[in-house]
Amino acid sequence: MAPTTKRDIILAGFGGQGILFAGKLIAYAGLLEGREVSWLPSYGPEMRGGTANCSVCLADEPIGSPLVLAPHVLVALNQPSFDKFAHDIVPGGLAVVDSSLVRQTGERTDIALHAFPATKLAEEAGLKGLANVVSVGKLFAETGFCREESLFVAVEKCVSAAKAALIEDNKKALKLGMGS
Amino acid sequence: MSEKVLMKGNEALAESALRAGCRFFFGYPITPQTELAAYMSKRMPKEGGTFLQAESEIAAINMVYGAASAGARVMTSSSSPGISLKSEGISYMAGADLPGVIINVQRGGPGLGGIQPSQADYLQATRALGHGDSHVVVYAPSTVQEMADYAYSAFDVADKYRTPVMILADGMLGQMMEPVVLPEPKDTAPEKPWATVGHAHARAHNVVNSLFLVADKLEQKIQERFVRYEAIQRDEQRFEAFMADDAEIVVLAFGASARIARSAVASAREAGIKAGLIRPITLWPFPTSAIEGTIPTAKAYLSVEMNMGQMVNDIRLAVLGRAPVEFFGHTGGVIPTPQEVLVKIKEMHRKAGA
Repeated sequence: MAPTTKRDIILAGFGGQGILFAGKLIAYAGLLEGREVSWLPSYGPEMRGGTANCSVCLADEPIGSPLVLAPHVLVALNQPSFDKFAHDIVPGGLAVVDSSLVRQTGERTDIALHAFPATKLAEEAGLKGLANVVSVGKLFAETGFCREESLFVAVEKCVSAAKAALIEDNKKALKLGMGS
Repeated sequence: MSEKVLMKGNEALAESALRAGCRFFFGYPITPQTELAAYMSKRMPKEGGTFLQAESEIAAINMVYGAASAGARVMTSSSSPGISLKSEGISYMAGADLPGVIINVQRGGPGLGGIQPSQADYLQATRALGHGDSHVVVYAPSTVQEMADYAYSAFDVADKYRTPVMILADGMLGQMMEPVVLPEPKDTAPEKPWATVGHAHARAHNVVNSLFLVADKLEQKIQERFVRYEAIQRDEQRFEAFMADDAEIVVLAFGASARIARSAVASAREAGIKAGLIRPITLWPFPTSAIEGTIPTAKAYLSVEMNMGQMVNDIRLAVLGRAPVEFFGHTGGVIPTPQEVLVKIKEMHRKAGA
């Protein structure tokens, strides 16, 4: 997937895993490259149930509906999220899955499945809570959806001033995912 | 020019209002517009303005009435059920010729309805946002950039015509993030010689009031106001046309549903169907002039909405029977897909023998 391909992405996991932030990183990287981007969170009753998901679109034409129904890419950080969205991935699409938390990856043979232990890797590297950013790094490694430097600038833009101390850890998490 | 940033629609509305010189915000929380008030609560004090979470929507709109009477740039925001509560105050503002900006980030109705995106307040906004002979200028942005642009210019339009102005958004536009370039800040509001502010006995008292017990006097007031409404209808119609020049199937859609309709129109063109999109940006005044321009080539019109077809009658009034007008949509918070709209366009294309 070249940096100029239109890509519809769903990221999903538990509330608190930083799903919305991970989506924002991807969208910001697209913005930095002058692309059309959109980010739409779920804000309905499902978020009260502890799951969070967001739709991110990267495109070069104006984006129609920002709600992704048939993703090219799924990033799933827990089992219910994988179960909910895996069958929506377009044939030939791709899933990045945190195998620390997703044990059953189903029977789809028409998608590229990249299962890796994001949560475990993050914890072992002293980056507890950053499995989300590790997964974005992994997604980059598998797809090259943007230029590498854009993601690191996106981290600087997306981490709020109050949490600036966490910028370096986020960058480490990106690199960890890229190398895994 | 400002840097392009990634922002939620709700936050873009708030930041743009501040940059337009809005220094008073009164509101009451409701999903899916709460980020707007939250943003204001953080930023407004830094601009030296007043953020106040009122005890109810009714209180908030009457605080807007008060601040507007004193000549301030003022805003309130809510979502559908909350707007119904504000409608009395909006009518009072219209009756007292008060400028102010009201945001409606729509959700499904009627009643408490749901919290997902909806456009089911079209008729309320364009026909009867309050009782009495009155109108409110209604903008329907369809991108986060337009949320910023029209929240900014809404204050100018409100002051120019001395009327409430509504931004009619929805949960999708409020919650989503897109790149946006924010307008330059300004704090110079126009002179308001009618405002009820202190003047050390330099002139006669100004009175802001919507009560006129003498029928002739009230009629005269309303007729004067309708002269301004005519000017608004003449000068303030806004729309965007997409592939509409030679369109045989003309799709009309506003706000979030226009994004979906645009994708469907582009797909229809790829399939060899001469489809086009007219996107009203002002819902009142309705851009009838834009529809007139499509009459020579149009074989049929399609309204795509997230409601049960509330804009259809406005289209029919502009088309005046010269072509059929059909409807496709979903309601209750269900978002139409471009594929569904494309199917409808193809069906109409076959029927029209185009």
